[in-house]
Amino acid sequence: MSISRRTLVKRMAAVFALVGAGLGQLLLPIKAFAQRSPAFSADNEADAIAGFFPGESVETSSDILIDVHDVIENGAFVPVSIKTELPDIRSITILVEKNPNPLIANFKLYPSCKGFIATRIKMGESSDIIAIVRSGEQLYSTRKFVEVIAGGCG
Amino acid sequence: MASSIKVRTSLHDGEATIRMIIRHPMHTGYEFDTETEKFIPAHYIEKLTIKHNDSIVLDCDWSRAISANPYLSFVFNGAKAGDKLTISWSDNLGESDTAEKSLG
Repeated sequence: MSISRRTLVKRMAAVFALVGAGLGQLLLPIKAFAQRSPAFSADNEADAIAGFFPGESVETSSDILIDVHDVIENGAFVPVSIKTELPDIRSITILVEKNPNPLIANFKLYPSCKGFIATRIKMGESSDIIAIVRSGEQLYSTRKFVEVIAGGCG
Repeated sequence: MASSIKVRTSLHDGEATIRMIIRHPMHTGYEFDTETEKFIPAHYIEKLTIKHNDSIVLDCDWSRAISANPYLSFVFNGAKAGDKLTISWSDNLGESDTAEKSLG
């Protein structure tokens, strides 16, 4: 089937209009919930970390374990668990480097909690998963690469 | 309507293991509906709070990148049989739900 140039231009315009409308809707809930950390809408890893932990330094640590398969078939359901034996865990934060919004979730743990969280996340493509743990006042992080065969961001 | 929150708990020597599944679409806003030819609006849980008796044990801030029908598991100490666990979530469209469960 051959498409005339004019039809092609029209179709492209329609697609762009839809994308624009979609973006507009995306921004609405962010405005409505102003108390939420703006880091959730950051579009790269560095901005997300800097926005969520302003002015804090993050050390790499080998005492955090990210338990996840090396190869994931369906990026819409990636079972992941974070374990750590570090003392006085106050929070566990999960990021995915190459997702449109890298900040996935923050879990604030109260003193009776063990350093363990298991959940399922979405990954758009093969990427590093980053876990940041607050032990006492200091932040520690570790990362693990996961290969995703089919992305799960819609 | 049945609760959107399903909880399983187990208790060993004061250590409680909690596993839960919440029924929720967790739409990112990036999915395209081919029937209506529109993007499905973002609809996801932003806040999940779990209380043990009257004190909070876990406070979660989620983005749209938690999978549909979210699963969460965690462990805490100092629990005994008969203690009350309260789980509540709220999403970006203002919907919310709460479930209570006694441990043991």
